[in-house]
Amino acid sequence: MARNKPKLAVWKFSSCDGCQLSLIDCEDELLAITEEVRISYFLEATRKVEKGPYDVSLVEGSITTPHDIKAIRDVRKQSKVLVTIGACATAGGIQALRNFRNVKEYIQCVYAHPEYIDTLTTSTAVSDHVPVDFELRGCPIDKHQLLEVLNATLNGRKPNIPHHSQCIECKQNNVVCRMVATGTPCLGPVTQAGCGTLCPRHDRGCYGCFGPMETPNTAALAAHLKELGASGRDVQRLFRSFNANAEAFRKESESHG
Amino acid sequence: MPGVDASITTAVVFDRGGLDALIAALKAKGFHVVGPRVADDAVVYADLDAASDLPAGWGDEQEGGRYRLTRRKDGALFGYTSGVQGWKRHLYPPRQKLFAARRDGQGFAILPPDPPAAPLALIGVRACELAAIAKQAKVFGDRDFADPGYQGRLASAFVVAVECGEAGGTCFCAAMGTGPAVETGFDIKMVEVIDKARHVFVATAGSAAGAKVLDGLKAPAAAEADKAAAAARVAKAAKQAKTLDAKAAARLKEHPDHARWDDVARRCMTCGNCTMVCPTCFCTTVEDTTDLKGEHAERWRNWDSCFTIDFSYIHGGAIRTEVKSRYRQWITHKLSTWHDQFGSSGCVGCGRCITWCPVGIDITAEATAITEGARKAAAGGSKKAATSGGKGR
Repeated sequence: MARNKPKLAVWKFSSCDGCQLSLIDCEDELLAITEEVRISYFLEATRKVEKGPYDVSLVEGSITTPHDIKAIRDVRKQSKVLVTIGACATAGGIQALRNFRNVKEYIQCVYAHPEYIDTLTTSTAVSDHVPVDFELRGCPIDKHQLLEVLNATLNGRKPNIPHHSQCIECKQNNVVCRMVATGTPCLGPVTQAGCGTLCPRHDRGCYGCFGPMETPNTAALAAHLKELGASGRDVQRLFRSFNANAEAFRKESESHG
Repeated sequence: MPGVDASITTAVVFDRGGLDALIAALKAKGFHVVGPRVADDAVVYADLDAASDLPAGWGDEQEGGRYRLTRRKDGALFGYTSGVQGWKRHLYPPRQKLFAARRDGQGFAILPPDPPAAPLALIGVRACELAAIAKQAKVFGDRDFADPGYQGRLASAFVVAVECGEAGGTCFCAAMGTGPAVETGFDIKMVEVIDKARHVFVATAGSAAGAKVLDGLKAPAAAEADKAAAAARVAKAAKQAKTLDAKAAARLKEHPDHARWDDVARRCMTCGNCTMVCPTCFCTTVEDTTDLKGEHAERWRNWDSCFTIDFSYIHGGAIRTEVKSRYRQWITHKLSTWHDQFGSSGCVGCGRCITWCPVGIDITAEATAITEGARKAAAGGSKKAATSGGKGR
């Protein structure tokens, strides 16, 4: 049965474009995607722009300006399904570090003409502003997970995206625990799986790129990290990276320093 | 298939060259040989080409939440405690394709299954691991619906067991009655004997297939001194620092409201490591995948954990939302309700869940705290308390 090709739009807010690149990075699958969807709005890939409404919108980036707030409401109005992609769109991104500081002071220090800067004092997730149908985590997102979300959406099924810990993925992939076998600090037990075990596979602890897992016991992990020799400041820095504004990580970071 | 009733043949003795010949003979018979080797700062069970791949001179230190490889002076090939993960990932892989199908008009057609993989030869299986394999064989075959995948892989496997010469820091097989002596479920059993004069393996067959392979090695019969040295090594391994009152632990199900569940919930991260490394945990979830066109679909069975929220999801929501309810489910099933379901404890005392828990939660300590505390309360309290807590011991 031939389907009408759904219209796909890809939007960018405050971000580094890395997650949009993950879509272009689907080299082997890219032609298959274009056979199944009509790319109607994707400025990073094509100048051709088609008017909405769109069947599926992928949204990258966080909300950091008054203009962003208006724009994301407009995207929501034009989209049947809105999927946010990446740590910026799902948690505020690395730029959410501003949430812990006085942004006005930053602007005074950095810009020659601070009066040109029109920004919010916070960087926040898209879901803080409009209803979101699915949040795809990661900094950047994993292309296989992106394909799975598109695939599930096109085929009318639930995406196979687990919300459990990174540890389960490490064990399934036969990667030896860095924290237990070498004492390396690791956020894996409180971080959602999905990256493909990138860091532990290369003798690195997990940096938490995929944000908090479904039931993160950050306090238990923080206590253990301190037993391994981390200072309060170390623990705070670990929780304050790409997902610093994700609630569980933010709260844990605020109790150390 | 590893013998269960086969008689034990005469013990033979061979050196490292004989071990190489054994591995070569199994490879020549078409087995996919898997055994211990060092990778990523640990001993793991992976593909072996020759005895030179074995972890010569490596041992390990294990305690709650901590594992370190150590150097041994004696050059032992099997001087480590046990691999990070048991043989489960070989006999019951983390991802198994159940079937593939393609769209066929309004319906679908099931595609022919993939050809079976080469039979496995498992080198270096410990007594606790044999017990775990037997427990999983019961789970996957002893009831109305046998699992053809697990049973097929086990039936075609060749098992070379190696008895432990010393216990690791988190071992408690002696308390669970699963080791350290290897008694059944193997094709060949070996003990590594090292002293000033020799470094040899004392081996016996436990099945007709094992006897045939051993005969092929043309190794001399073991002397009485070899057998005595082998027995002494196993006796040493029975001395274990950790223990568990398995009978008391079987009554865990009587204490669902113990205050200790809240205590452990503060430490437990619900990361699921314990269930992943447990050699008897068998739970899986089923995942359907499709291609973009919706023409090809596959059904996969993936390892799952009772520590995930989705695990207890039924229509309307998850049942076990609290940490304590998930930890309680795991340990109570493992030590207590497994008896009701399968007629034994689900724990073999390998200690992996203790070592590989990032925060070192100790199943023996938790079970003891709950059952002992309840027993003391029952002994010191009223008769009413005693009935709710069981009659104690």
